[in-house]
Amino acid sequence: MQARAEFSYYPGCSVEGMNKAYDKSTRLVCKALDIDLAELGDWNCCGATSYMSIDELRAHLLSARNLALAEKEKKDLVVVCPACLTTLTKTNRYMAENSRLRRTIGSALKAANLQYWGSVKVRHLLEVIVNEVGEHEIKARIKRSLSGLKVAPYYGCQLTRPFGGIDDKEFPMMLDRLLTWLGVQPVNFPLKAKCCGGMLMMTNEEVALGLTRNLLECAKQNGAECIATICPLCHMNLEAYQGNVNKLFGTDFSVPILYFTQLTGVAFGFSRKALGINEELIPSQALLEKHLEVLR
Amino acid sequence: MISLFEERAERRAHALSDVFLHAVYGIPGGEKIKECIQCGTCSASCPTSYAMDYTPREIIAALRAGLLERVLKSNTVWLCASCYSCTVRCPSGIKVTDIMYELKRLAIEFGLTPKEVKAPVVSRLFVDIVDKYGRISETELVAKFMLKTNPLSTLKMIPRASKLFLRGRLPLIPHRIRGTRELRECAATIVSGLHPGRTAREEK
Repeated sequence: MQARAEFSYYPGCSVEGMNKAYDKSTRLVCKALDIDLAELGDWNCCGATSYMSIDELRAHLLSARNLALAEKEKKDLVVVCPACLTTLTKTNRYMAENSRLRRTIGSALKAANLQYWGSVKVRHLLEVIVNEVGEHEIKARIKRSLSGLKVAPYYGCQLTRPFGGIDDKEFPMMLDRLLTWLGVQPVNFPLKAKCCGGMLMMTNEEVALGLTRNLLECAKQNGAECIATICPLCHMNLEAYQGNVNKLFGTDFSVPILYFTQLTGVAFGFSRKALGINEELIPSQALLEKHLEVLR
Repeated sequence: MISLFEERAERRAHALSDVFLHAVYGIPGGEKIKECIQCGTCSASCPTSYAMDYTPREIIAALRAGLLERVLKSNTVWLCASCYSCTVRCPSGIKVTDIMYELKRLAIEFGLTPKEVKAPVVSRLFVDIVDKYGRISETELVAKFMLKTNPLSTLKMIPRASKLFLRGRLPLIPHRIRGTRELRECAATIVSGLHPGRTAREEK
């Protein structure tokens, strides 16, 4: 069968490291949706927020190499990590807007026989699935119903900020829509695009734990049984540090955290193991089984 | 009469502001910083401003008052988590988050970061690891950071680390890309540590 759309795929370091489940579920779901993802050969780290804090030009160079490699493939670049999305998009935009930056980075790339003309578009997988595939095709692939499962749709910061253009910058709805198509129930989640603390979890743990607590509390108060994420860093903070939140604030959260691709995969009929759900720290099995209903 | 010490301090303050403004003007849309109306939307939108010594609004006020050095010597810029809430809300269109990055780089270059602030240590380690492998190894980053800043706290990490390890989520062997040398050669063409604003000044 011919693929609906072909993209270069940029997994990002975090997905390659501690969050492989996001990568596994992404590949499975995309295959089911006829989205052809070819991993970008020899991609390098985007530099994230840390590289930018030390050296601006070299941070742009890191992103530019990835963009140049993707341009060679003549395909747009799909990312799953919103931090990669913002970092790569920033370089893409600033190179287009600032001729001096374009010249500096352009001549640096020449040392590797690379060039970048600015033709690549960087897109997040969620946006591709919602806009490129759409409601009808998604519903047609649902094999198991998760009806009644109450999910807090969590977007975090960098999917829509600062650049926007794909959804509202402060109250996006894309993931809510996808979850509805999947048959689960997105709860009202006012903090859906608020910060989880990001890298501050390493350097200012108390501050970051406070932000993460707000998210967990808000999800709980609105009746969510689990949280759907689209970002490996948000996922890590909400999941691996939930115990620290409980310890610091005397709470007793035990909220399973699932990637949107995992929830989609469950509805499409893939096994928990194939989707990497068995690698989670807060078990979701009982919750999913409570709601699962085989349709066909 | 101004003492020699005060004169020197004042000169340094001006130098800092000059370097900073040059660099900020190098960011597309950076000149918007002149249009700050001190409304405080950035500070109110910031999820971590409550923990900052100076709020984002106060940074621009400090710049205008020639007190940038005082801000850079505080924890302020290192509490920015890059959530971009300030940037999308600023009524004057100032890219506050980009300015935070600029200030972080400036603080490091001028050696003004306070010892108790740990974020620059992470950033430095991050850069070194990416330069070495072409990708970041989260395991190596966390381990090195812990050993460097608080070796005893490494012990506290063991329960979480072992849980992750048992689930195959703690890769111990980092992935090195083929293009590390190529990246180094590209990077070597860029004048080290200087941002566009300062590079531009040197071009003149």
